Amino acid sequence: MSILIDKDTRVIVQGLTGKTGTFHTEQALGYHGTQMVAGVTPGKGGSTWTGTLPDGSSASLPVYDTVMEARQETGANASVVYVPPPFAGDSIAEAIACEIELIVAITEGIPVSDMVKVKRALSGSGSRLIGPNCPGVLTPEECKIGIMPGNIFSKGSVGIVSRSGTLTYEAVFQTTNEGMGQTTAVGIGGDPVKGTEFIDVLEMFLADKATQSIIMIGEIGGSAEEDAARFLADEAKKGRSKPTAGFIAGRTAPPGRRMGHAGAIIAGGKGGAEDKIEAMKSAGIAVADSPAGLGSTLKRLLS
Amino acid sequence: MPPADVTFLEAIAVTGLKQREPVREVDMNIHEYQAKAVLREFGVPVARGVPVFSADEAANAARELGGPVWVVKSQIHAGGRGKGRFKEAGAGDKGGVRVVTSADAVVENVAQMLGKTLVTHQTGPDGKVVNRLYIEDGSDIANELYLSLLVDRETSRVAFVASTEGGMDIEAVAEETPEKIVTFSVDPATGFMPHHGRTLAKALGLAGDTAKQVAKLGATLFKAFNQKDMSLLEINPLVVTGDDQVICLDAKVGFDSNAMYRHPDIAELRDETEEDDKEIEASKFDLSYIALDGTIGCMVNGAGLAMATMDIIKLYGEEPANFLDVGGGATTEKVTAAFKIITSDPNVKGILVNIFGGIMRCDVIAEGVVTAIKDVGLQVPLVVRLEGTNVQKGKQILSESGLNVIPADDLDDAAQKIVAAVKEAE
Repeated sequence: MSILIDKDTRVIVQGLTGKTGTFHTEQALGYHGTQMVAGVTPGKGGSTWTGTLPDGSSASLPVYDTVMEARQETGANASVVYVPPPFAGDSIAEAIACEIELIVAITEGIPVSDMVKVKRALSGSGSRLIGPNCPGVLTPEECKIGIMPGNIFSKGSVGIVSRSGTLTYEAVFQTTNEGMGQTTAVGIGGDPVKGTEFIDVLEMFLADKATQSIIMIGEIGGSAEEDAARFLADEAKKGRSKPTAGFIAGRTAPPGRRMGHAGAIIAGGKGGAEDKIEAMKSAGIAVADSPAGLGSTLKRLLS
Repeated sequence: MPPADVTFLEAIAVTGLKQREPVREVDMNIHEYQAKAVLREFGVPVARGVPVFSADEAANAARELGGPVWVVKSQIHAGGRGKGRFKEAGAGDKGGVRVVTSADAVVENVAQMLGKTLVTHQTGPDGKVVNRLYIEDGSDIANELYLSLLVDRETSRVAFVASTEGGMDIEAVAEETPEKIVTFSVDPATGFMPHHGRTLAKALGLAGDTAKQVAKLGATLFKAFNQKDMSLLEINPLVVTGDDQVICLDAKVGFDSNAMYRHPDIAELRDETEEDDKEIEASKFDLSYIALDGTIGCMVNGAGLAMATMDIIKLYGEEPANFLDVGGGATTEKVTAAFKIITSDPNVKGILVNIFGGIMRCDVIAEGVVTAIKDVGLQVPLVVRLEGTNVQKGKQILSESGLNVIPADDLDDAAQKIVAAVKEAE
C-alpha cells in the first residue's frame, strides 16, 4: 500500500517537450516503468515525443494540445506540470477543469496572484493539487511523479512529508540507509499558497496500513507545522497515532529575511523554528537536532 | 465584524508586514514616493508631492507646492523614519520626517538630511543613507487610521487588515489591543464587493461621507493590488483631514518579484542602492543569496536544505557566511557565478558545497565548481558533498579535475569536515 500514487497511476506531462519535462519524464519512465502515458504542449498536438531512458533504450509518447484530449485518449488520472511560471497557473487550472484526480506542480516561481485563483478553482473540484514549487510524489518501485532522484528510495514502511524538496531527499536517503524504506514520499512545496498541506498528507499516512511510521519536515514561516502538530495530537487522543520524527529547517535564519522559499521567513515574532519545534515535541513528535539525524531519530523511536 | 484573530499575526508572518531587518528579499520594494505615484494612477487620494535628489531641486519643489505647510520625508526602504535618528551631527537632531512652515526651511532640511545615514528600528544599527527625499503638502490631520492588504496564507486570498489605531506600530497594536484590528479576506471569484466596503468603513469607525470614501478606496486598492501583483500594500497612516477628506498619508508597497516579468514599468522602479552588492550580483543570475556574518560560505540546492546546512554548521560550532540556494535547473554559468560571489566575501574561511540533486544535476554543479576555481582560484578549504541525480558523473568530474577538493559522503560528514578544516586553518 501507499498513498496518492501506485503502479496503476497513469500520468500525463504538461510541458513534456521542454528540457526539464523531457529529462524528468525519461527518468520517470526508467523508474520501475512509471506509467507516463502522454504529453500536453499547446501547439504541438499530433506530434510524437521521443526520449532516451537512463538505460539507453528509447521511448516515445503522443503529444496533445489539450489536457482533455490527452485524458480521453489515454485514461490518465494524474498530471505533472513542468510548464514555465508565466503559464503554469493556467496549466494547473486546465487540469482542474478536466477533472484530473491528482495534479503535481513542480514549477517554481508562479506568481502568487495566479495561485490565489488556482486555489479558488480547486475548492469544490474533484482534483487534488500537490505543490507548486515541490519535488513531487514517489512510491518506491511503483510510480515516480516529479523530480525526486529514484535511486535513493527503497520500498518500506516510512511515510515522508516535507515542505522542502532537497530535505525530502535527505529523509529518504537516511531511511533507506537505516533499512526502513518508504511507503510514499510527498513534497508539498515551499510556496505560501499551495494545494496540499501537511495535515492532508498526515491524514493519508495515518489511514494507510503499510505506513508504520512518519517523518515530517518543516521549515520556518507560517504556522502549518503547528497546525499539523495539533492535528496529530488530536488524532492521538482518538487512538490514531503512528511514531513520528520531525525536523524544522531555519533555526539559524535571521528574522525578517526571506530564505529563498517564498514561505520561509520569520517575522513579527511568528513562524520561528523554536515555536514549531516546541509544538511538535508537545504533540509527541521526536524532533531531530540535526538534519543528518532524521533516520537515526526515527530508528531510535521505533526500537 | 469578524473578530481579530490569529489570521492577522499569521498574515504578518507571511508577508513580513513588520520587518526587524532591512527589507530585501524575494519581494521587490519601492520608495514611498514611487508607491504613491503608482497608487495615484489608480485614482487613490494621496497628498501632492515632489521627489528631490539634490538640495538644488528643493527650492523649486517647495515653490511648486506652495505651502504653507510642507513635509520633508527621507526615502529609504525601511519603516520608522519619523522616529529614526541620523548618525551624523550635521543632519540635526530631528527624525527622518520633518514638518516645516517655510520654503527656506524645506531647503535647509533637505540639505541637512541628503547623503546622511538614517537609523530606524527597521534599518539595523548601520542605518541607511538617504539619497532621495520627498517634499509633500502638509495635511490637516483629524484622525489617523491603519489599512493594509496582503496575501493571507491561511485563506489563500487577498486579505484586508484595518484598525482605528493608525500612525502607530501596528505590531504593538496587535500585541496590546488585538480587538482593535479587523481582518477579512476577499473571494477572488467575487472580487471586492460593496459589503466589503461597509465592513471596512465599520472597522475604521467611519460613517457618512468618509465611510463612502473609504469603501471606494478599498475597491481601488484591491484593484491596484491585483493588477500590479503586489505582495504588500500598507497605508499607515490613512488619515481623515479636518475637512473630512480620506487621504493616504504614507504608502509602503512590495511586489511579487515572480510576477515582475509582466510589469516592466514597476521593475524599473527598483533602487539598487538599497540593496547589498553581492545580493544584486546574485539576483542577476537568479540565485537566492543572503549575506550573513559567519565564516563558512555555503552553496546548496533548495531553500530547505540550504537552511538546514546553515543549521548543521552552527550545530558543529561555526557560523554560516551566507544563505545561497542555486535553485533547480542551474547551469554551469550560474554555479560559477554563485561560487564567485561566495569567494568575494572576505569573511569566508571555508566553503561547503552541499548538493542533493533532483532537478539539479550533480555533474552540472561539479563542472561549475571546477570552472569557477580555475577562474578565481581557491584560497580556502572546500568540502563538496554530492548526492542524487548523476552523482557518479559529478564525483568523477571533481576527482579528475586535480583540484584540492575535500569530498564528503553525507551531510553530517560534510559539516564536520568543513568545520574541522576551518578550525585547523585558524
